[in-house]
Amino acid sequence: MPDSPLLEVRDLQVHFPIRKGVLQRARGVVRAVDGVSFAIGRGETLGLVGESGCGKSTTGLALMGLTPATGGIVRIDGMAPQRLRGAAMRAWRRRMQIVFQDPFSSLNPRQRVADILRAPLDIHRIGTPAERRERVADLMARVGLRPDQAGNYPHEFSGGQRQRIGIARALALRPDLIICDEPVSALDVSVQAQILNLLSDLQEEYGLSFLMISHDLGVVEHVSHRVAVMYLGRIVEIADKARLFEAPGHPYTELLLRSAPVMDPRRRRRFSAQANEIGAAGAAPGGCAFAPRCPLATDLCRTTTPALTPRDPRQSVACHHR
Amino acid sequence: MRIAAESGAFEVVSGLSLAVRPRETLCIVGESGCGKSMTALALMRLLPEAAQVSAGSIRLGGQDFLALPERRVEDMRGDTIAMIFQEPLTALNPVMSIGAQIAEAVRRHRDVGRAEAWSRAVAALATVRMPQPDLRARQFPHELSGGMRQRAMIALALVCDPDVVIADEPTTALDVTIQAQILGLLSDLQERNGAAVVLITHDLAVVAEVADRVIVMYAGRKVEEAAVTVLFDRPLHPYTLGLMGAVPRGKGGAGRLADIPGTVPALWDLPAGCAFAPRCPRASERCRRERPDLRDHGAGHLVACWNVDDAR
Repeated sequence: MPDSPLLEVRDLQVHFPIRKGVLQRARGVVRAVDGVSFAIGRGETLGLVGESGCGKSTTGLALMGLTPATGGIVRIDGMAPQRLRGAAMRAWRRRMQIVFQDPFSSLNPRQRVADILRAPLDIHRIGTPAERRERVADLMARVGLRPDQAGNYPHEFSGGQRQRIGIARALALRPDLIICDEPVSALDVSVQAQILNLLSDLQEEYGLSFLMISHDLGVVEHVSHRVAVMYLGRIVEIADKARLFEAPGHPYTELLLRSAPVMDPRRRRRFSAQANEIGAAGAAPGGCAFAPRCPLATDLCRTTTPALTPRDPRQSVACHHR
Repeated sequence: MRIAAESGAFEVVSGLSLAVRPRETLCIVGESGCGKSMTALALMRLLPEAAQVSAGSIRLGGQDFLALPERRVEDMRGDTIAMIFQEPLTALNPVMSIGAQIAEAVRRHRDVGRAEAWSRAVAALATVRMPQPDLRARQFPHELSGGMRQRAMIALALVCDPDVVIADEPTTALDVTIQAQILGLLSDLQERNGAAVVLITHDLAVVAEVADRVIVMYAGRKVEEAAVTVLFDRPLHPYTLGLMGAVPRGKGGAGRLADIPGTVPALWDLPAGCAFAPRCPRASERCRRERPDLRDHGAGHLVACWNVDDAR
């Protein structure tokens, strides 16, 4: 990876107020994303993995400005959007795009595919009308849709084809980085493989970077160069893929790996029915959020939040005992 | 057992035979639209009105389950045969506490008083490792987390020790750590009660972890059946091979996955021969013309494919 990262995220926070009572006063705060920092290089895929409610999707939305961040800095090639205006701001925004999980709800049912794909070009005033038409045709061909389908509506497509439309839309503005928020979780296994292959082809062809948000360890392990593990709003471990899967540093990463079923009936693990439940983000006490479920937890863990600390250049872990 | 459900004018499940013994876990695996959920509902005699079992029989402990009067079936549902659904929020009653729902099931099948039924409900919640079962029994489904709801539904299904448990994607909506707990729970309970389990899933890794035998379905038909180790060591049907190649396993880095081109055909518009032929790398002229029957390739390894010998 080159020295200066393409995307740099420092101390990103997304806090939502909890409103209660008749006057809807803020009575507390949900720290959905609580100080998340990472970087992604050119042509690199960073996997962001964690369970529901850990804040991984909110992280993606905040990077896109689709949910307001309450703190932190996002830089692309060293540039933060705060001081940008007008055309410079639009140019900044073009560089990062998103593909959503649900190809059913993320496409306007009343727009034809051609209109869906042309919208980003119209908004950013790219090319002449003829050039835009040509670009739409190119995009459709690139993601494996037939040109005669341009006049069809989303409901006329299967789930996998709809996800191809979503990917084509993200590609329309020639971004450097695409945030993929669970791009294959709604799809059947055979179709999922088609979409993952398409994404890897696109990465090779255009040198794209991906932030691959997923709960599926198999998907993350397949596509990522590096992997970040989130738990209740924080990154608890970030490491090279091989290191993370071979020598996980954080007890939560270990739990995740131990829980994932393996495609080999000769290497079965004995799953246990322990009743440890995931904590709620609103009720996270001081200290390490994983402490209530952690076999290593001590008093220190319950009072002091461990910082994400590098063990070596390949792996950083947020744990007092590792 | 043969089931053929018919909705309107097309067959949803055709010529499917399966048998499951006490303590055994049979997995039915396939992608959306392959008929696996319809199979589950048919096994429970819970098919929606539009669907009917048009041919075949279901024998449950020696009885002809399809011929029984509805009232007798109601006696057996929850007692002899029980079902665990994918989405506990739609399967649980939203305006009844979970303890009351479980106690109701107990009183429907067992001649016990209210207090005894309630204490059995709390005990059932404790069995599924629900934290604070006394408290949770008084709560409503919306007050519980997804994992706890799934436990509550399992407690409801298992409170009367059914002989047969049908579980339709019981862990699909759950996080992986909760999934591991629920799968552990099911196998503990199976060991204790000796229940026969039919587990329906799209996830081959779950199959590898829990199944004794596996049925692979495609477009309403069984295409392969084998003991779990046999299936994973030597999958023979091109669809099974395709599915296994399509699952990302991480090892070996970011190579290409073996995707299966195209999509699952619509059940009302199936091709004439083998339904998988349009997507199959081995399809021959015969496959497009004639549908292959299941043939035994040794030790009960059933495959419906004309070109199996080439596939080895």
